[in-house]
Amino acid sequence: MLTKRIIPCLDIKNGRTVKGVNFLDLRDAGDPVELAAIYAAEGADELVFLDISATEEKRKTLAELVRKVAEKVDIPFTVGGGIAAVEDVEILLHNGADKVSVNSSAVKRPELIDELSGRFGSQCVVVAVDARQVDGQWRVHLVGGKVPTEIPLYEWVTEAERRGAGEILFTSMDHDGTKNGFANEALAHISGLVNIPVIASGGAGEMQHFADAFLKGKADAALAASVFHFKEMEINPLKAFLRAQDIAVRL
Amino acid sequence: MKNIVIIDYGAGNIQSVKFAVERLGHQAVLTDDAATIKKADKVIFPGVGAAGSAMSKLRATGLDRLIPELEQPVLGICLGMQLMCRHSEEGNTSGLGIFDADVLRFPDSVKVPQIGWNRISGLKSDLFDGIRDGEFMYLVHSYYVPDCPEAVAYTSYGIAYASALKKDNFYGVQFHPEKSSTAGAAVLKNFLETVS
Repeated sequence: MLTKRIIPCLDIKNGRTVKGVNFLDLRDAGDPVELAAIYAAEGADELVFLDISATEEKRKTLAELVRKVAEKVDIPFTVGGGIAAVEDVEILLHNGADKVSVNSSAVKRPELIDELSGRFGSQCVVVAVDARQVDGQWRVHLVGGKVPTEIPLYEWVTEAERRGAGEILFTSMDHDGTKNGFANEALAHISGLVNIPVIASGGAGEMQHFADAFLKGKADAALAASVFHFKEMEINPLKAFLRAQDIAVRL
Repeated sequence: MKNIVIIDYGAGNIQSVKFAVERLGHQAVLTDDAATIKKADKVIFPGVGAAGSAMSKLRATGLDRLIPELEQPVLGICLGMQLMCRHSEEGNTSGLGIFDADVLRFPDSVKVPQIGWNRISGLKSDLFDGIRDGEFMYLVHSYYVPDCPEAVAYTSYGIAYASALKKDNFYGVQFHPEKSSTAGAAVLKNFLETVS
């Protein structure tokens, strides 16, 4: 039976790990390569690196980081942040990334998803979606959740799948940083709409929140950052907790 | 020092396979050169991507004729294993015909692709010496090989399918040993050091 995945997310700026509450107020949480190796040893099923630096140097720095991670880490990892073209993906995959995630650039130019899945295969294209509720409707937001759009969340994830996305990484901006749990109703709705894996993101604070994301949100994987970075929760004990609720996990 | 070759035909993330070999203390050469491949002690045939375009690349370089004639141990990984079969529904392409099996698409009753960690069971190959039955491996695929006489491991995803194949000196694994933590490394180590 396919197991539910636990995915620590490492936000990267200038080669260092950072994580902010509601994407503001960044705090340093360590060296990404070391942190990645620790998470792999502690039972993480996969890793996500999200590059939030915005300099001209970033592409080269990120490629170097990807290579160092690939040399050392023996579990799959996804790299995202500012990816806008086939060439960006080529260099990341060439250096050892398993998948890439695209977000704002895919909303602005949806053909990007077709191009990437056509060239590299759906299995390495994660479409990340940041959304929040506006007047009771889930709307896609851009640039780390800062810029609202009129695009309905559910229409966008359906279109992303049709264009060749291999997975949906859904972050609820209403839940991110709150530690009050994932957006389970929206997750369950997305999971019913698409036939590709859905990764829950935003809101993890307690172990039960992960169980709820799988049982109520029907998510295939759950992603979190600060609860892991600041040792509020460790991965294998979390998995033991999930298994006790009959959730299939790798232990 | 063993002479290990990873066949480089422009498909997918082969750096990861090279790094995994290096973590085990070996060196590997990435090449599509026929002479180098023929001389190798062990040959790894990786691949991520689409079967049709991968077969086109193999035909363009003559590797489609070379690989089935290799006599040393050959390990196909993921798409590599699928390409070693007779035919694939993906791109409706013929394969290398090493394994007597056809590759099918997962039905829509399960999420496609399968992405994540699943168990391998019913292990019956020296490739799996020291691996516990039911061990978890990392898989990413939309197409699968049904149960067949050459199956040496099984995985369940809606149905039970062949997650490893063996015929003579040819091995194939659907999972990614290079991305499957210590258990995957043990499989790779068996292939590089024990299998003959």
